[in-house]
Amino acid sequence: MLGNMKERIEQIRSNTWYANEGQRMIRKGAELLLLVFRAVIIVGLSYVILGPLIGIIANSLFSNSDAYSPIVYIIPQNPTLERYRLAILRMDYWNTLRNTLIYVVSLTVIQVFVCSLVGYGFARYNFPFKKVLFAFVIIMIVVPPHSIMFPLYITFRNFNPLWLAGLFTADGRGLSLLQTPYPMYIMSVLATGLRAGLYIFIFNQFFRALPKEIEEASAIDGAGAIYTYFRIMLPNAVPAIITVTIFSIVWQYNDTFYARLFLTNDNIILSRKIQSLQYNIQNLDRVMDPSISQLYVYAGVVLLIIPVVILYVLLQKQFIEGVERSGIVG
Amino acid sequence: MNKKMSLTTKQSIKGLLFISPFLIGFGVFYLRSLIMSVQFSFSEITIGENGYDTAFIGLENYAEALTRHATFRQVLTTSVINMGVDVFLIIFFSLFMAILLNQKFRGRTLARAIFFLPVILNSEAISVAILTARAMMVGGMSPASADIAAATSTGGVDIMYYVYMFRELGLPIGLLDYVINAVGRINQVITASGVQLIIFIAALQSIPPSLYEVAKIEGATAYETFWKVTFPMVSPLIVTNVVYSFVDSFMNSEVVQLSYSTTFDLYNYALGSVFSLVSMLVVCILLFVVVSIISKYTFYQN
Repeated sequence: MLGNMKERIEQIRSNTWYANEGQRMIRKGAELLLLVFRAVIIVGLSYVILGPLIGIIANSLFSNSDAYSPIVYIIPQNPTLERYRLAILRMDYWNTLRNTLIYVVSLTVIQVFVCSLVGYGFARYNFPFKKVLFAFVIIMIVVPPHSIMFPLYITFRNFNPLWLAGLFTADGRGLSLLQTPYPMYIMSVLATGLRAGLYIFIFNQFFRALPKEIEEASAIDGAGAIYTYFRIMLPNAVPAIITVTIFSIVWQYNDTFYARLFLTNDNIILSRKIQSLQYNIQNLDRVMDPSISQLYVYAGVVLLIIPVVILYVLLQKQFIEGVERSGIVG
Repeated sequence: MNKKMSLTTKQSIKGLLFISPFLIGFGVFYLRSLIMSVQFSFSEITIGENGYDTAFIGLENYAEALTRHATFRQVLTTSVINMGVDVFLIIFFSLFMAILLNQKFRGRTLARAIFFLPVILNSEAISVAILTARAMMVGGMSPASADIAAATSTGGVDIMYYVYMFRELGLPIGLLDYVINAVGRINQVITASGVQLIIFIAALQSIPPSLYEVAKIEGATAYETFWKVTFPMVSPLIVTNVVYSFVDSFMNSEVVQLSYSTTFDLYNYALGSVFSLVSMLVVCILLFVVVSIISKYTFYQN
């Protein structure tokens, strides 16, 4: 009787052991399957994105003989840095890059600051006509800048805020701000810079999702609106700030539309230089064969995207740390 | 501030102060420009010595655009339909990829950087420069390198093979067409969803881990956790992304190009502003409807 019991217990034990083992195998198999599935999707889609880029980088390293040789594909036989040397020279790369970065970073700081203020105002305060005013933000997002470019051009051609500038200029028609970087600064300070509507929208959504208790606590402790905003809300908004910063830097860096409209000096806008690069190299350096002169364009493209890629990879780390620091997570 | 003001008044003054830069900027740059555009759309514009002159002609330009213009109505309809299809695909794809890229695995930083690359590469300057280079070459004299250029782009999949294969399997043609259309656009969809992807990743990162712990302790499966925790928590950002995707595909749509070319190639400012105003109105109405439907199902923490 007792032996029988012992045997049965043994049986049950061994059975559960097997069951556990089986479950573990299934779980492991599922994990492995997921891993493979994820790897296949990510690698495959990465190739779709990277394919053209690999072509560009490879082409930028081709020497003349590689460009003419029909058997060279992707991997150059005689790689050369000549394309980069001449592209750097003709784009005046280092000076232009420095100017561009100053321009882009200062505009980004302004954009992040102003748009977060406006987004916060919309998210947390009630005032008359709030819905109408927020509809204006949507309108600003939806209106393509193409449709207002002609009026904008006229505005900055005869820039005359409150008719004050008219007093100091000869014909009373105001200052021309074209060919200077100021139009972009003025528009950014007034929260209408490049895609500012979208940044306001992002900040608004973000602040609305934050718990209201944080501010109530700070108000009870006697903090004013400005203090609350700077010391409580902004530190909590780090993820949104990083997001908007990345967008603003990348778009401002790539923007040619406003640069062309306001005739901004090419020396502070790197992305404009790439468009004239091929003509410059054909005319100044007498590289007349388009199959060779295009290699310089590819080198220029690589030079153009390297700074943004570096900046993005750096900010990516901040992005994750920012979320952990922000205080709402834990 | 003085004591007589009620709390509500104080709050609304503070709120207006917070948004004051936007009010001024919008009034000066957007509202004024839009009013000018509306004014153009009701007038006949002649370029004179002192810039331009406008003469009021009523709804003549609108009648021209909506009844007599050869392509406007057709272009507008196709653009709107394409926008709808694209936005759906982009949102679905970017949410899926964001969840995938938010998991912990080796090389995650690299993968994220790669998926954001299209946003950087999408710059107008780069595409114009490369297009010019290619055009010069095709018109030029070295067909061998033109072949290389064609081969380095990723267009080498023989899609007809798969189409025939699936037709043999007896799938309905309509469904097949839609799927093929979607697959054929994979490149555009990936290129257009870099921004949405980043927004979704940011949203996923800001979900408190404690919610997942609770779900796990309560015995929720992965499927339940997604629908009860992840999805509601990212839903406010779905609204943002829908708005962004709509606008982004509108900016690149044919109808905007039509209005741009009418204005700056044909110098028909009046008709160009009619095109942009009408298409803008259509998109605004569409956006309003879509957003208000989605907002009903959106979960806000407060």
